[in-house]
Amino acid sequence: MSPFRSCPTTGLQVHRTADQLIKANAIVATVALLVGGVAALLVLLTRWEAVLLLEAEMFYRMLTVHGMNMLIFFEMAVLYFASAVLLNCRVPAPSTGWIAFVLMVVGTLMVEWTMWTGRADVLFTSYVPLRAHPLFYLGVILFAVGALTVVGHFFAILVVARREKTYEGSVPLVTYGAITAAAIAAVTLLHGAIIYIPTFLWSLDMMNVDAQMYRLIWWGLGHSSQQINVAAMVSIWYLLGALTVGAVVLNEKVSRTAFVLYVLFISMASAHHLLVDPGMGPAWKVWNTSYFMYMAVLASMIHGFTVPAGTELGMRLRGATQGLFGWLKRAPWGDPGFSSLAFSIVVFGFVGGITGVTFGTEQINIIAHNTLRIPGHFHATVVSGTAMAFMGITYYVIPLIFRREIAFYRLAKIQPYLFAIGMLIFSMAMTFAGTFGVPRRHWDIGFSQALFQPGFSPTVNLIIGVMAVGGLIAIVGGAIYIVVTVVSVFFGRKMAADDSGLGATGRGLPPGITNPPRALKPEDKEALGPSGRLGPVPGTMVLVLIFLAAFILYYFVNWMLLSFLWEVG
Amino acid sequence: MYRTGIEPPERIWWKKVGKHEKVWVWIAFAWCMVLFAMMPLWHVRGGQNPSGIRHRVEPADFQARVLEFVQEYQVGTDNGLPVVEPPPGSDVYLQASQFAWIPVVRLRQGAEYTLHLSSLDVNHGFGLLPLNINFQVVPGYDYGLRIVPNEAGEFHVMCNEFCGIGHHLMVGKIIVVGADEVADADTVAAGATNAAADGDTGPGGDR
Repeated sequence: MSPFRSCPTTGLQVHRTADQLIKANAIVATVALLVGGVAALLVLLTRWEAVLLLEAEMFYRMLTVHGMNMLIFFEMAVLYFASAVLLNCRVPAPSTGWIAFVLMVVGTLMVEWTMWTGRADVLFTSYVPLRAHPLFYLGVILFAVGALTVVGHFFAILVVARREKTYEGSVPLVTYGAITAAAIAAVTLLHGAIIYIPTFLWSLDMMNVDAQMYRLIWWGLGHSSQQINVAAMVSIWYLLGALTVGAVVLNEKVSRTAFVLYVLFISMASAHHLLVDPGMGPAWKVWNTSYFMYMAVLASMIHGFTVPAGTELGMRLRGATQGLFGWLKRAPWGDPGFSSLAFSIVVFGFVGGITGVTFGTEQINIIAHNTLRIPGHFHATVVSGTAMAFMGITYYVIPLIFRREIAFYRLAKIQPYLFAIGMLIFSMAMTFAGTFGVPRRHWDIGFSQALFQPGFSPTVNLIIGVMAVGGLIAIVGGAIYIVVTVVSVFFGRKMAADDSGLGATGRGLPPGITNPPRALKPEDKEALGPSGRLGPVPGTMVLVLIFLAAFILYYFVNWMLLSFLWEVG
Repeated sequence: MYRTGIEPPERIWWKKVGKHEKVWVWIAFAWCMVLFAMMPLWHVRGGQNPSGIRHRVEPADFQARVLEFVQEYQVGTDNGLPVVEPPPGSDVYLQASQFAWIPVVRLRQGAEYTLHLSSLDVNHGFGLLPLNINFQVVPGYDYGLRIVPNEAGEFHVMCNEFCGIGHHLMVGKIIVVGADEVADADTVAAGATNAAADGDTGPGGDR
């Protein structure tokens, strides 16, 4: 049997080992997602004061489980996909790939064991000197070594692909984005090694770890690892745009430069967590929290323009030219890949991005640090942004890699809507509750057993109720995703090798596969004619200006709220 | 001709940027500069900054300072915790440990204090309710923040950094005495002193 199979839909040469590695990583990712998701439900039902499901100890344990389990294996699958598959390349060291996979699984199992047996009630951040079982730290180290190996493997694939000339010229933009994600991952995982190895030794009483130093370096892992997600997510935006509507790249130079800005500056984000810490001075805080004068924010604002602009232009070139937003009207909203893409961009940008930059402002952090505003922010970025994009791409990976049709396709079509709307309500309510000072990571904000009862206004209870409803809707969306994915992969109708060329038919296939966007011809550009005052992508231009207005408003409202407080400094 | 993000680009892809795309990049860049300028500006013109006076401190030494502070200014107890009323302008020590804030502090509205925060064991979080003022409290570090309470009332300090299974039990208290109440108290105190001097039993003579 040839080590390659030819993908009938895209014509790409796919290495079978890459196939298997992607599958293995994706399956473990789904299991982790399921465990983390169940923990999410329990945490949610406890924070909802009206239910207060779990006892305090169990609540903190489940919160630890929830944080550790989400989203850990998907990136690995994405790395193999972006390198081996898109570049038609072989996986040069299959055994290394499998060793890395085993390391990650073993590490994960160690961490799971310590958490579930109550030996690591330290939450995701495990701030020293709060102590967990040594195997907790060792498990994280093994996982990080495995992940670092995958990153190294990814770079090896790129080198081999280049040497064996499996592609012409430069790598595609999606691969380029994945390379930046991998570069950030390398930096991130090194931080992990730097901090977890001493911490492991500390847990064995073999050395001391300074509490502030731990926070500094740990967040070099903790926040930067979310920037792997960002770079990977933006790559998937370009990928989903291309697959669903034939989105074009307006200018390779701009998009690629923006990715480089991520690599250069985004690791400075560790500072976002240390803005109201005693260990650093204002100059350090201002410089680092701003990612070198907001150059990584600039990168995101560029992608936030180029991705919708590429979508708009791709559709206009194919005839969707009516008015400002005719292209949005004509867009395939029934394609779960496209609806996921749209929600991912909007929620990531409008909720996650704006709140992130605002809370990451040195002084504004005084009214945001450790309140519910912080999880409100990162559920909008990591969950509604990254997870949503990854879910969207799954609806294409299942037919293209697993060669199966999507089971319960009608459910799959509404899944992005449920998940996105639920998460939107959830993260906005959470952020809003946080403005009242409601703390994150807290079992009982009624303080029923405490010495004093601060008590929040009744408005807070209402907002928490709204948050819970949003969260439950999102959990239903997440559950549908897991059911659809698992059933499709194991029991979905197999795609026959011959009925799956371009325009393959099948009821469980997204339109991007059954009716892929047609190839562009030089005449298309002439047919589009000259552009108006707002340029070739007027709809996007209007959308980004609305975004900017929302950003400016939210940012300065927060300065105003801050100015009402006691003088402090 | 345009290509998608999954196709390799043309051989030479370093091309001139379209006018409207360029405009957006410059708008975004300008906004980033505003974002950056706001932070130094607030240090100069704004009243709320997390700078503080920052030192390393051994937990045992900090505990000793808290003890000394309590002995010097204690005026009563509340739920078993000492209540302390330091004079305006003084250093105030607030100690975080699993799972209590010690002591309860009485401050005067409009007066400036230096509030020292530190922890004896693990990380804690200073969260002042209902105002929503938050600072990280790290063991081994003394965070001295100059504060000027601008309103009177009873405020609570919760812990907003997970510090162990009793995390949610950790609530302390800061009382701010209004400027008018302070004036009354001073009058009363002055009256009491006069009364004592006159050998009379005037108002406040029952103290």
